[in-house]
Amino acid sequence: MAAAARFFSRRANFKLSLSAVGTGAHSSFGAALLKPSPNCNSRTKTQRRHAAHFTFQPDPVPTQYGEWFIFGEDVAFGGVFRCTVGLRDKYGKDRVFNTPLCEQGIVGFGIGAAVAGATAIAEIQFADYIYPAFDQIVNEAAKYRYRSGNLFDCGSLTIRAPWGCVGHGSLYHSQSPEAFFAHCPGIKVVIPRSPVQAKGLLLSCIADKNPCIFFEPKILYRAAVEQVPEEPYTIPLSQAEILQEGSDVTLVTWGTQIHVMKEVAAMAQEKLGVSCEVIDLQTILPWDTETICKSVVKTGRLLISHEAPITGGFAAEISSTVQEECFLNLEAPISRVCGYDTPFPHIFEPFYIPDKWKCFEAIKKMINY
Amino acid sequence: RVVVSRSFADFTPQATFDIKKCDLHQLEEGPPLKAELTRDQGLQYYRTMQTVRRMELKADQLYKQKIIRGFCHLYDGQEACAAGIEASINPTDHLITAYRAHGYTYTRGVSIKEILAELTGRKGGVAKGKGGSMHMYAPHFYGGNGIVGAQVPLGAGIALACQYQGNNQLCVTLYGDGAANQGQLFESFNMAALWKLPCIFICENNKYGMGTSVERASASIDYYKRGDFIPGIRVDGMDVLCVREATKFAADHCRSGKGPIVMELQTYRYHGHSMSDPGVSYRTREEIQEVRTKSDPISMLKERMLSNNMASVEEFKEIDVDIRKQVEEPPLEDLCNHIFYNNPPLEVRGTNPWSKLKSVS
Repeated sequence: MAAAARFFSRRANFKLSLSAVGTGAHSSFGAALLKPSPNCNSRTKTQRRHAAHFTFQPDPVPTQYGEWFIFGEDVAFGGVFRCTVGLRDKYGKDRVFNTPLCEQGIVGFGIGAAVAGATAIAEIQFADYIYPAFDQIVNEAAKYRYRSGNLFDCGSLTIRAPWGCVGHGSLYHSQSPEAFFAHCPGIKVVIPRSPVQAKGLLLSCIADKNPCIFFEPKILYRAAVEQVPEEPYTIPLSQAEILQEGSDVTLVTWGTQIHVMKEVAAMAQEKLGVSCEVIDLQTILPWDTETICKSVVKTGRLLISHEAPITGGFAAEISSTVQEECFLNLEAPISRVCGYDTPFPHIFEPFYIPDKWKCFEAIKKMINY
Repeated sequence: RVVVSRSFADFTPQATFDIKKCDLHQLEEGPPLKAELTRDQGLQYYRTMQTVRRMELKADQLYKQKIIRGFCHLYDGQEACAAGIEASINPTDHLITAYRAHGYTYTRGVSIKEILAELTGRKGGVAKGKGGSMHMYAPHFYGGNGIVGAQVPLGAGIALACQYQGNNQLCVTLYGDGAANQGQLFESFNMAALWKLPCIFICENNKYGMGTSVERASASIDYYKRGDFIPGIRVDGMDVLCVREATKFAADHCRSGKGPIVMELQTYRYHGHSMSDPGVSYRTREEIQEVRTKSDPISMLKERMLSNNMASVEEFKEIDVDIRKQVEEPPLEDLCNHIFYNNPPLEVRGTNPWSKLKSVS
């Protein structure tokens, strides 16, 4: 049944499967294993084997996306995070190929290919290296449709990049640049929190007729294990997801931080008797203002958290919009628990990241306001 | 002159060696084909290269023991480049390189202790432990840069400062074969040539940009020609004398106001790109072994000196032992704190005390 559905499915053709061996029976569909809070990189956990992260496995069913291809630095052998393992063998070197070390070139090339009609999936090796391509993304990709009056567009471009802190990344392997791109109308910025979301959101991004940037939390490549359905499915963009209903505080975040927030919610329930509503924003741009505002109207308190530095981080945007829409409903000032305004540190990382204690502290303050 | 009881006077004080001819681009003549080496210089280069080698191997060990975290890009195999370049420029000249920087940090005057302290994130480290492997700095040494190719425009800028201040200094700007494909390099070449900046652009071509061999990454692997309108030399980077002569030639070129010059050092790294890279998935162990036996820079220098009776085997052994002592025992207790940071950064608030790394004994 499932196989037949897959064969006749014309929706999406990319199959993201977990080639994880030994997924426990207790991992149920949609339930993510709680990642230990970034503070304790406990290596004592039994190791998931190297395949415990999503592997991008497009299906041989003819694609509705036209000619697609994947390119980036080192994608041919599988990529530095093994996201593209096996694809070259399966689909040939015309469709999965390496580029030289030139981010600006990679994205520019991707934009051109997309404009001409191909489905281009560009990989930037780390989000920290996306800045040489910033001009291409912001000035070319985002504005193509607008400036040509809808004659041309590069909607079939998707840029993927590993994102976020990883415990030992330091300055240039840990950054979260979503705020830079949130400031640019014309592109979509999406960040999944777990394998199931990753597959759905990535397929949506590829299908979406706008250039999308898909940031993949790199610490979750190995840490998160889930049972992911083999059939293609999409998760709608620009829709936030409420993971846990609550009545006292709304916690909004995305990516890796979701797992921290879930712990915080549990702590708050246990120690303070506070019921928290946890929301995963999923799409940073354009973001789901309605869900967040509705939630704040219900609870009256909002905590937003992200790893990026606090000044100008995306929490600021959410904060601003929420106070515009829900001013009279707020019981306490909106709280932002984010990284400090410093470059992402090497040895100070555990002090820098917004861990569960800082968030818990913030909730306490809001409750007692 | 110290006269030691052993037959010091038996050693040849100086010898001349033939070195490989360098390929030239846009140049009428290149560096000389012969290099002179005095005994003292030889022993000093040997000591420098062996120290860097030992230090890198120690860093490898420490990384595997998880005492060094983060990223670690090792330089063994390429020591001749650092030693040769340092031998031909002045301490007041400037140098900037990419992330494979431990060798240069040492040649630019930072002590082994400080380098290892930085690698392990101690406060006694060169950047107070805040930078780690990739970000080490010293007077006239600007690091240590994580983003590929980003240091090249910086180097051109430093060269501009030298020119502006008229202090006859120059800037040595290093990058790798991977970075040679970055756009910002060509922007720097253009500016440097236009304004005749005293900048030596050196491409350390170790044949692999992380896991991609040069043939698969570059349309042209003649990196010394990439400067196009800038003259270039291709140098055997495994021979410290070759590197020294070529860099001297380049330095003279720059200092005489002729503008920038590009050098390509053909070298090799034994380790993988970084400690997370085994280094054998894109090349064979035989290849690495071959380079080790045939063109290892330290062995080459040693053989040269021994065959010309410039030093004895025992002397080399003594140097080795001495270096080993220095590298193995900057006793880690000695490297400042056991506890990581009792001097918190500016904005720290009350969080859980971080006790991840145990006190190293």
